[in-house]
Amino acid sequence: MTTLDVRPVTTPTVTGLRCRECGEPEDLGALHVCSYCFGPLEVVYDETAIAARVSRSRVEAGPGSLWRYADLLPVLSEDPDTRVDLGTGATPLRPAPRLGERLGLDDLWLKDDTRNPSGSFKDRVVTVALSAARALGLDTIACASTGNLANSVAAHAAATGMPAYVFIPSDLERGKVVGSVVYGANVVAVEGDYDAVNRLAAEVADTRGWGFVNVNLRAFYAEGSKSLGFEIAEQLGWRFPDHVVAPLASGAMFCKIDKAFGELQRYGLVEGSRPRMSGAQATGCSPIAEAFERSSLDVRPQRPDTIARSLAIGNPADGYYALQVADATGGVIGHVSDAEIVEGIRTLAATEGIFAETAGGVVVANLRRFVAEGRIDPGERTVAIISGNGYKTVEAVAAGAEPTYRTSPSYTDLERVLAG
Amino acid sequence: MPDVRIPTPLRKLTDGQAVVSVEGGDLRSVVTNLDAAHPGLGDRILDDRGELRRFVNVFVRDEDVRFQSGLDTEVAESDTVSIVPAVAGGAGRVT
Repeated sequence: MTTLDVRPVTTPTVTGLRCRECGEPEDLGALHVCSYCFGPLEVVYDETAIAARVSRSRVEAGPGSLWRYADLLPVLSEDPDTRVDLGTGATPLRPAPRLGERLGLDDLWLKDDTRNPSGSFKDRVVTVALSAARALGLDTIACASTGNLANSVAAHAAATGMPAYVFIPSDLERGKVVGSVVYGANVVAVEGDYDAVNRLAAEVADTRGWGFVNVNLRAFYAEGSKSLGFEIAEQLGWRFPDHVVAPLASGAMFCKIDKAFGELQRYGLVEGSRPRMSGAQATGCSPIAEAFERSSLDVRPQRPDTIARSLAIGNPADGYYALQVADATGGVIGHVSDAEIVEGIRTLAATEGIFAETAGGVVVANLRRFVAEGRIDPGERTVAIISGNGYKTVEAVAAGAEPTYRTSPSYTDLERVLAG
Repeated sequence: MPDVRIPTPLRKLTDGQAVVSVEGGDLRSVVTNLDAAHPGLGDRILDDRGELRRFVNVFVRDEDVRFQSGLDTEVAESDTVSIVPAVAGGAGRVT
């Protein structure tokens, strides 16, 4: 029996890095900061080659993972063995009529990213970052994380045989700690909040030569979130929705969804006007929403205090850019209390059968507010990003979650109990 | 003298040194003295208006100076000042 060669054809798409602020070019590498102005680096694509190649039919003939959009993602190497693919992406986009009715929205859809290999959208960014790391020849992978990213890095490192160090706040939810340890990663619990973890990671990345997916590999990593935008448009029949509502932590995913829509338009894959982009935060960590309310681009750091740990970034790296995206697209940025978040998780689960972690509750609760405040039109085709799986944060909804009935194994007893 | 931790992108201005020591009773004077000792460093840390650049985070005693008094944050002899680049994604908007 011969073994089928199922390795993909990988075609490099990027030519280098460039400072987003001052335009200074940098060579491809594990580098995230402009050596001149400290501005963030972004990948530079070979746009002419991409324009000549990319098409709807090429995408449609691609694999059932985010790599179907490889032409529009950072691919660094022709060597197919550098590509990491655990089947991330291509998650369901579902109409949500029951939740829509509850919230007062007539055309609501859910992008269900609870369905990725490690249970969150982070698998998208990690897939791209690890592939870049392998192409760059890095041998150790790492991240600073509020939990979901740690789970994803640990899983992907395990599957590719790379050693991993994941840095997390020491008081994280149990499910997220277990969900990293189980994959055999080195889990470094840091005494402090995410911002402290992130700062330590920046210093470690600077000295140890590890590939920190969300620090020195961030230019590649962040691009992975574009696949959310690509998929939404393809799944709607190569059309844009009217409005996308996404959770905001660093703000990177939000910006990249918008960027994806821009690229689909630029390369002629989708026509029509770009969606409004609205962001959802928790009141206990709402630095971007707070700046939005002041009509300012100046994000003031906060000390997070919310059950939405996955969004608890008090000093959001891309907050400044997220505000620009909301402003440019006519979107809004809101925030909701922890009680509303819990209610949001329960409502989503009870109406649509999706058990989301706290970030999903944040999105649903903000949607409810946007409707109440008239900031969203009920007729808008709205896509809500449900970014992570609820089994990671059962603590959030555990209170009062008891069996409805208790009975002995006797049928007579059961009948009596059901009759109340 | 307080120690100042220099991130990789700025070490070409400090002859490769990861830590340098300069005088200064508050962050503003530390930056001024840093620039005197290593010309060009000040420009990388402060913008045209003399404020901390958007993508630069400075920590004194492991605490972000934006939670303290910014450039007026006091710096003691035994303190460590860390200059850490912010981690932003650079999502250039496609228009």
